[in-house]
Amino acid sequence: MAARTGSEAAAARLPPSPRVAFAPNWAARAGWVLLALYVVYATGQLEISLDRVIRGLENAQRFLGRMFPPNLEADKLELIRAGIVESLQIAVLATAAGIALSLPLGLAAARNLAPPWLSGAMRVVIAVCRSFHPVIVAILFVKAVGFGALAGVLALIVSTMGFVSKLFAEVVEEMDPGQVEAVRATGAGFLNVLVMGVLPQVMSRFIGLSVYQFDSNLRNSTMVGIVGGGGIGAPLFTAYQRFDYDVVMTILIVIIALILLCEVVSGRVRRVFQ
Amino acid sequence: MSAIRSPAPAAAGGGVLSIRGLQKAYRPGQPVLRGIDLEIAGTGLTAIIGPSGTGKSTLLRCVNRLVEPSAGQILFEGQDLARLKGRALRLARRRIGMVFQEYNLVERLTVIENVLCGRLGHVAPWRALLRRYPQSDVDHAFDLLQAVGLDESYANRRADQLSGGQRQRVGIARALMQRPGLVLADEPTSSLDPKTSVEVMALMADLSRQHAIPIVVNIHNVELARRHAERIIGLSGGAVVYDGGPDGLHDEHLKSIYGGEDWL
Repeated sequence: MAARTGSEAAAARLPPSPRVAFAPNWAARAGWVLLALYVVYATGQLEISLDRVIRGLENAQRFLGRMFPPNLEADKLELIRAGIVESLQIAVLATAAGIALSLPLGLAAARNLAPPWLSGAMRVVIAVCRSFHPVIVAILFVKAVGFGALAGVLALIVSTMGFVSKLFAEVVEEMDPGQVEAVRATGAGFLNVLVMGVLPQVMSRFIGLSVYQFDSNLRNSTMVGIVGGGGIGAPLFTAYQRFDYDVVMTILIVIIALILLCEVVSGRVRRVFQ
Repeated sequence: MSAIRSPAPAAAGGGVLSIRGLQKAYRPGQPVLRGIDLEIAGTGLTAIIGPSGTGKSTLLRCVNRLVEPSAGQILFEGQDLARLKGRALRLARRRIGMVFQEYNLVERLTVIENVLCGRLGHVAPWRALLRRYPQSDVDHAFDLLQAVGLDESYANRRADQLSGGQRQRVGIARALMQRPGLVLADEPTSSLDPKTSVEVMALMADLSRQHAIPIVVNIHNVELARRHAERIIGLSGGAVVYDGGPDGLHDEHLKSIYGGEDWL
């Protein structure tokens, strides 16, 4: 008792050392400092300066001036309509085929469903699909199957598989194992476990991913045309090169309208499958 | 019609489960079950009590092989379940229903779809996918819903809209939908309030007698076990330390099962 009062008296004399609730994370702090240093370094390397931005703004003003008013001549509109329709077809076909392939691919890549050798192999396939930008894949397919929409569709199928199956595999890995265990305990075979135990848990997320990927494919389908993959990309690129900025403007407006429309539709679809 | 339909219709009523020398060690040298010998037959509830971590769940899960036993035999309907693999294991599992602590219903499916999950050992995948279950199964599912105390208005509600007690009733209906010879219930009342716990235990005791199926229940609540079970098995340290009727279970048994006496 005496010793305790003694130590309490000693503690009262010394200023109490504050208790730390949140230990400093030195690794994270060092990371932020390094990032800041690198940004400064890279800015210097790339000769980015305010002066150049200001000079660039003048150019941009002239460029934007020549975009207005948008070109609405009948022959141009017909060209744009044909291009947009093809882009839409590319997006729909690529999304449909891509998600059909992503479903088994994603399931096979999920480590809680597939044996390690299979999920490992499927992860490599997915990584390869994700490695390149769709435009680069489109260049490969244009070389392989020739100019036209087929090359664009194939390129977007690859990128759809890369995106949807990777995220889908993660969704499958996060599912509740108890529900699957209960279905397995009834003596259900693997396919029945899949149909009644796994799919009900993950299907709405899968549809969400697919709808998002359709958005993304629609945007990308306007790009694969630049390298010869069909769609609106080719007229857009030609118009740029011929300095027909008013035609460029028309095309951009149509693309924006299409994307917005798609946004509305996909929002509805997602709500239906909630 | 389907490749996985059994050649002969499954026998009605329950079978005899006999466990011999069952051992399980998740890590070598640290056995959870140290040689369990049990014979479970007839109808009614058999309650397994014992402290947490003593292997009650492991024992139950070894029976339908959700957990792999390390050694021993589990004889049921003329087969050693401990040795079955692949298709033979699946066929054996069809005869053993299971009820879970967290219900483990497929949350996004409706009540009736969950009950019909009990037929998945018999139904071909395309039928499950298109929900084209045989009408006899559908009728049986509705009968079971009624038997567990849920009227038809629940059939098309999604499982995640139900209360805990209702979910567990669906879980019981799913287990019975298998037309099992044995039902295993792993802490079926641990997530339920006291009143619902009593109702669920009473329901299982009734159904066990009606359908002539033995039900083995892991349970923490000794009073519930005493009230509803016809036989109580006390497990401690991975071995059976009490096996008898609820009347024979006295404080000294509980001391040897759970250790200490202050809590009594």
